[in-house]
Formats: sequence, C-alpha cells, structure tokens
Amino acid sequence: MEPTNIRNPQYFHKVVDCQWACPAHTNVPEYIRLIAQGRYADAYLLNRESNVFPGILGRTCDRPCEPACRRGRVEDKPVAICRLKRVASDLRGDIADRLPRPAAAKNGMRIACVGAGPASLAVANDLVPLGYDVTIYEKLPVAGGLMRSNIPAFRLPERVLDEELDMILGMGVHVHYGAPIESMKWLLDQGYDAIFVGSGAPRGKDLEIPGRHETDRIHIGIDWLESVAFGHVEHIGERVLIIGVGNTAMDCCRSSRRLGGKDIKVMARKPRRYFKASPWELDDAEEEQVEIVVNHEPKRFVVEHGKLVGMEFQRYESREEGGKLTQTPIDTVFLPADDVILAIGQEGAFPWIERDIGIEFDKWGVPVVDKVTHQCSLPGVFFGGDAAWGPLNIIWAVEHAHQAAISIDARCSGRPLTDRLPPGMNLSSAKMGLHEWSYKNDYNPEKRQKMTHVALVERFKRMNIEVEVGFDAEQTAREVERCLNCDIQTVFTDSLCIECDACVDVCPVTCLTITKNEEEPELRKHLSAPATNPAQDLFVSGPLPQTRRIMVKDEDMCVHCGLCAERCPTAAWDMQKFDLIVPYARGTSAHNGNGNGRLGSGARRTQCNGK
Amino acid sequence: MSYIKKPAARHPSLQPNKLGLTVRDYEGSMSTLCAGCGHDSVTAAIVKAFYELDTPPHMVAKLSGIGCSSKTPTYFLSGAHGFNSAHGRMPAIATGAAAANRELTCIGVSGDGDSLSIGLGQMCHAIRRNVNMLYVIENNGVYGLTKGQFSASADIGSKSKRGEPNTQAPIDPVMLGLSLGATFVARSFSGDKADLVPILKAGIRHRGFALVDVISPCVTFNDHEGSTKSYLYTRQHQVQVVEADFVPPASEITASVAAGGATQVTMHDGSILSLRKVASDYDPTDRQAVWSYLYERQRSGEVPVGLLFVDERGVEMHAASKTVDVPLSKLPFEELCPGRAALDALQDTYR
Repeated sequence: MEPTNIRNPQYFHKVVDCQWACPAHTNVPEYIRLIAQGRYADAYLLNRESNVFPGILGRTCDRPCEPACRRGRVEDKPVAICRLKRVASDLRGDIADRLPRPAAAKNGMRIACVGAGPASLAVANDLVPLGYDVTIYEKLPVAGGLMRSNIPAFRLPERVLDEELDMILGMGVHVHYGAPIESMKWLLDQGYDAIFVGSGAPRGKDLEIPGRHETDRIHIGIDWLESVAFGHVEHIGERVLIIGVGNTAMDCCRSSRRLGGKDIKVMARKPRRYFKASPWELDDAEEEQVEIVVNHEPKRFVVEHGKLVGMEFQRYESREEGGKLTQTPIDTVFLPADDVILAIGQEGAFPWIERDIGIEFDKWGVPVVDKVTHQCSLPGVFFGGDAAWGPLNIIWAVEHAHQAAISIDARCSGRPLTDRLPPGMNLSSAKMGLHEWSYKNDYNPEKRQKMTHVALVERFKRMNIEVEVGFDAEQTAREVERCLNCDIQTVFTDSLCIECDACVDVCPVTCLTITKNEEEPELRKHLSAPATNPAQDLFVSGPLPQTRRIMVKDEDMCVHCGLCAERCPTAAWDMQKFDLIVPYARGTSAHNGNGNGRLGSGARRTQCNGK
Repeated sequence: MSYIKKPAARHPSLQPNKLGLTVRDYEGSMSTLCAGCGHDSVTAAIVKAFYELDTPPHMVAKLSGIGCSSKTPTYFLSGAHGFNSAHGRMPAIATGAAAANRELTCIGVSGDGDSLSIGLGQMCHAIRRNVNMLYVIENNGVYGLTKGQFSASADIGSKSKRGEPNTQAPIDPVMLGLSLGATFVARSFSGDKADLVPILKAGIRHRGFALVDVISPCVTFNDHEGSTKSYLYTRQHQVQVVEADFVPPASEITASVAAGGATQVTMHDGSILSLRKVASDYDPTDRQAVWSYLYERQRSGEVPVGLLFVDERGVEMHAASKTVDVPLSKLPFEELCPGRAALDALQDTYR
C-alpha cells in the first residue's frame, strides 16, 4: 500500500467516527470533554456552531453518530452522545451575550426563505450575522416547522423549542406568519437576491385501499400530529391502529396513548429488523404498552353503517435467506379499531411552484437540486431540508442549510457556487508532560447510563410532560468518561521509529503491526489482529529506517489510550488533537451589490441598498 | 512508565486458547521500564509463548534476581507464582522451586549483570545440575539501573554513551553454556519475535536447562552509535543460523516446518522441534561443531541467532537424583520426612 496521506484532513476526520457520521460534523469528543469539565455553556456553543439547535437535537436527533461510535465496537453500547448534548443545553445558563449577533451594517442583500422550519432558520442563523436581510414566509402562525407540529411535546417541550428559535429570530429575521407562498413566480418577483426553499415534506402519504373514504376516523399521521400539537384534536378512540413503523408512527402511537387510546397497535408489513423507526423510539413506545405487530399488510378498512369498525390484514410468514426477505401469505385477519392513523411516509409538495419558470422537476415531481450547491435549475433558488430530496431529519436539514448558505453567500458575492473551501484541520500535540496528556487517556469500563423516564401514570396525565428526565450529575459524570476521545489522534513519524516493538506490545486492542508492505487485502489479513472491518481505514507509514518494513495501524478498535505514544522512546508516535475546520458561509468578499444579480423582474431594478 | 493501567478493552477477534484464555489473560501489570526497552518486547514474547502453549498460569513459577530484567516477571502472567531473589541468586531459588515441585514450569528471567557478574557461579551450577527450567538472559551490555556502566557482556570496542570504548573481554553466555554442557542453547533478539517466540516455546518444553540469550537493547544507555548492543547494530549484524519451529504434540506438520533441510528433534512431551538450517554446514545437534562455528562467526563480528544447539538426551536434575514422580511438595509429611528412626537406618547403611 501507499503511505497514508495524513495531511488530508479527511483521514483523521474519518477516525472521529461520530463527527464523520454527523451530517453537520459536530465536534462531539470536544464537547463531551467540555461537559466533563463542567463547561456547559462552552459545550453548548460548540454544538451550536455546527448543529444550531443543540437543545432540540439533544432530545430529538436521529443520532447517526451513535451507531457509528467506536465505543459500540469496542464494547456493545455507544456513548450516549445525544443525551450528553441535552445536558449541555439544560445546564448552559445564560449565554445571550455569546450568541452570534446581526452584522452592524446590512450588506444590502435580501434573502427569502420558504417555511420557518429548521432548514430556513439555520440559513438565517448563518446569513444574518454576515449582514444579510432574511425574510421567512411561514404558513402557520408560529415558527418551528415540523419540530413544532410533528414532534410531540412529551418529547420536545415547547420552552426548549422557543428558546432556540428565538436565538435566531431575535437577530432580526423578518417572519411573515400565516403567509403560505402560493406562487413561486410571485416570490421571484419580489426582488430578492436569493430564495431558499425549506418547506419540508408536508404531505403525508395516503393508503388507497377499499373503505378509505367511507369514514372520517382515518387520519394522516403528520396532519393528525399537527392537529394535536395545536390543540385541535384532544381525543382518540380506545382502539387505535397505526399503519407504518417509522418514527412518525411512534409519535402517533404515543400521542394516542395520551389522548384516550387504550389498545394501540402499530402494524408493520415486515419483521422488526426492517423497521425505519430508531430502535430507542420503538423501545419507548413499547414501554408505553403499545403493541408492535409484524408481518401484517393492510387489505381494507371495514366500515359498517358509516362507522369504522376495524381493518383487515393479510398475514405473512417471513423468511430470510442470504439477506433477502421472502414473505409468503398465510391468511387474512380482522382487527377491530375505532381510529386508524396512517404513518407510511411523507413527501414534498410543490403545487405552488409554477412549472414554466425555469425550475426543472424530475419524473416524480421533485425539483432537480444540485447535491453540492443546493441550487435548482433556476439560478438563485436553493433547496434544503426535506424539501430538497425528501424526508431526512433535523440534523440533515441543518447541514443542508449550512451548504445552501455558503452557496447563497457565494452567489451574492459574485463568486461561483463551486468555489467552496475544502475542510481544513489543526493538529496540535496533546502532550503536557511525561505521560501527561491534555485529555484523560485512561479507559473507563463504565457501562452506558440508562435514561430515567417519568412514571407511566404520571406521564399520561398531560400531553406535554417530558418523558425523559435527562441525565443527573452522577450519570453525566459517568457517561462522559465513556468517550474514547477519538479526536486525539495517533500521529506517526516514520523517520523516528527504531522498531523496538514497544507500541505493538503495549497496544491493548492489538491494532499495531510492523510488517512488510503488501497490497491492502493481503495486508488486512496479516496484521497482529486481522482487520476485518473494511469501513475502517488502515494507516500505513513509509518504510521504517532500520528494516524498511512499515508500521500499520488498523483504526477500527483504537481506544486512543495513548499508550503507544507513552511507550515510544523516540516520540515517533504522538497524540495530537485534531480540530476539523468546517467551512461556513464566510461573507468575506466585499458585498458591493453587483453579485450575480437579483431574481425575477427585481433583478432589473437598480437597487443598491436592499430595501 | 505509564500512569494508567492498560485498558481492559481488547480486540474482539482475539481467540481464546484451549483453556479459554486470551493472550491478554497472560499479561501482568504495566511495565515501569523505560519506554522502548527491549525487555518489554521479551515480556510480550513470553506472554505469547505461554498463551500459545495453553499453559495454566498458576502452574508457572517466575523467578528473578535484581536488575531491569529481573523486574519483568511482574509484567507477565499475573496469575503465576513468583519469587524475586537477592542479586544473582535466582538460579538457587529456581533450583529449590524445581526440586520442591516438579510439576511447575519454571522460568527465570535474568540480565547480563545478574547472570554474568554477581550470579555467574550460580548460573553455571544450575546449568551443571540441568535444572528443568527456561533461563532467559535479557542481555544489553550495560548496567541500566546504575546508569549504564559496561557489563560483563560488553564487547571489546563497544562505546559507552559518553564515547569511551570497553576494553575488557566479554563473557558470552552462549559459549559458556555450550562449554558447561547445557542441553539447550539459543540466542535471539528482542526486536524479532518471529524468531524469539518459537525458541521460548521450545525452551519451556525442553526437559532440562534451556538457556536463551536475548539481545535486548537498553534504549536509555546503550542504543547509540558505537554500541554493539543497539537495535541498529543488532539488526545489521545478526545472522539467522537456524530457524526454529515448535510443533506441539499431535499437531499437523505444516509445509513450512517440513521444508527440506530441516532437522527434526522429537521432544520429551512428543512435541517436534523443526530446525531449518540457514547456514548449510551447520548441525545444531553437534556441540563441538556448533562451538567452533560460533567462535569463528563471532570473531568476524557477526551475531549468530537462532536455536543454536539442542540435545534432548540430557539428564535433568530430578532424573539424576532419582526423585519420586510425585512432586515433593505433594508428598505427605510423614513420607517426606520419615523421622529419626528412618534417618538412623539410612545412616547405618553408610557405616
């Protein structure tokens, strides 16, 4: 193999599994260390730089970081990253004077955002401090998008949501509430310099099977959740069937439980391992005595005398062979129900975008959006969040917003949108003294801390009693020690190595080998412990001075204990702190008003000062 | 030394041996030796050897004297018995341990100071008695604990860290062992586990005294230019004379072991020792030829390594003393010490 190029920031970035897996590349190990030091406000602000909504995400994030967490490979359970984020948010104290501020002088550029959900708000968060004038059009009377309408209050208290929205809105973002955009053409004609569409995926999928339209007791999941959120729905029948097993289904069944549902079944067509819902959301639902029924496919709604009485399902037997699922029908069964909630997916809805204004749509009626720049085929119009490529989650919406903001900033500065800064890095030695490091390198065998939940009877009393209590001080102190500090990198200088084997001998997880060079597949087999996880890279040094062999490190299991560096007599191994430098909209170029031009007819008006 | 314990986390693919123990179960506490010390590599090789031999740790006695090397038994097999004796007196203690309980596997770890200076007489007599033990000399040519004076194994002309050359002739444990009639003599290098581990395994299984001289560089006082016991010098001058393969009883003999030119020695427990000669005119079972060969090669500045000599016909201490098969430590007291009358009767036979 060729020697690894450790000057490429992506090599070390990938070693920090959580940060690599996070769409917004949140610097997880660093904020966990800050929490460990009791620096909650610092931890919160570090989070906020990348993910903008730490308090909200600390409760609702889809947590792509946790399945990626190295601790999950070394032991069986990852660090409770999401819960720790919430700790930072809950204990941050007053940080008002440390939040980004709007620029002292506006730069004359006006940006319109469609929808006041996480994507648009994060765009505003990035652009307002640079001097942009951001206007958001929202169809509802409140901001927050799906975070308010679809995530029940027992998971995300309104106070938390409001606090974090106000941090952005308080910078002077103009929001037109109750103002759905009904025509893109109209919006284009308002003379904005750029338009960001963050209108989400607001249309719940319907299930067109017999009986669907013979009763009013069949609800579309996300619409029903919205009605619950705004107090329009306060009751549901005792027997409820939820169709679908995504996270929306989990919110629907748990909301039903609080609105009078007693016998609640979540109906799945496939076996459990094919479910879309996050495992912890399934657990939380089951804790609330919701039954999850597998291998049932809806056949028809049974309506008698205009009243829904239940549903008929096709039952399947599932078998898996060679990773392929085969389902054979067994029989049909009837399950009684007073209400049915459909939670089988959602999609974007763009009836308000005229098809003749230069925005190209694909065959599924979805706008064609560039994966990097987030721009659609009409220059100056950008998409992000669920509106871009269908339903994802909040953290993806935030990352889309960062990228769209970079594009908008580039456009308004007259730079090509492809002129994007690559990620950078800082590496600095973590050595503080003889075997003393700027991080706690001792491995703590503590097990993952369990979240305390409010007792069942208590939590069902009201819709807005937050179920998760949050980690207490003890739990936090234990959980932070589980983080392996993967951002403290093992950095090797081959010219210093005397091949004494000390690092190879001391490594507790057998990830180092000094060996002759081979091609990667062979090399992976011949290491001290075979490198069987192809998703994890091998570090390969140049030829070592004495024998011309190479040092190989399998990154897979490294617990970043630093013993290789402690046992190295020549400091060929060093522990170095890696800081990923994530580029954001920078607003550095002079905004002289002659960027790439205004949109629509406004572009032809001569406006130098925005308004 | 490190301030933290070695993390308990281990690679999930580590296979347990026949006893259900992983290689991590054969470790001891964290080394307090200098970072990069060759001795730590020897420790790692010992750990590997015992793990691969499926040895129950509690059936091992670790014995040592004084010195950097003599600290190392703490760093392997924390489940074994151990005795840290007075300087140079480890062979006597080992002899006693081996005499009292013949079921124990005895491993003595010593250094060039402990074995070739203060304990030279002790070592010679342990060889002469053919005590059933593995005797590892971690040889670095200097007294590390007292800041790097030349030891008795320093070569003429080898320079100290301050640049002064050694003028006194070295005592070579390999040549000494051969001349004293040792039945298992090897030399290896701490930086070459592929060579060292099979030698240690064969040494553990050899019935009698197995002498293994391991060049184990002192990174702090003897790893500089001008030293003849540095990592670089050893790598440049070591010549593999014999490649040893240790095959436990009833194992399949692989092609690499069966390769042409190999001398196969069957050991007492049925293990097979396959010695592939790299030098064509070398016979690892001919003591006199080995001695002459090594004498010539070492005079020309080479460091011959490998399992240099083995003789499975040797008579070890228990056989020579005709002791009972049951370990003395397990005999009932009345049998072990039958009393005044029995002693008188015995003495009468000599009158």
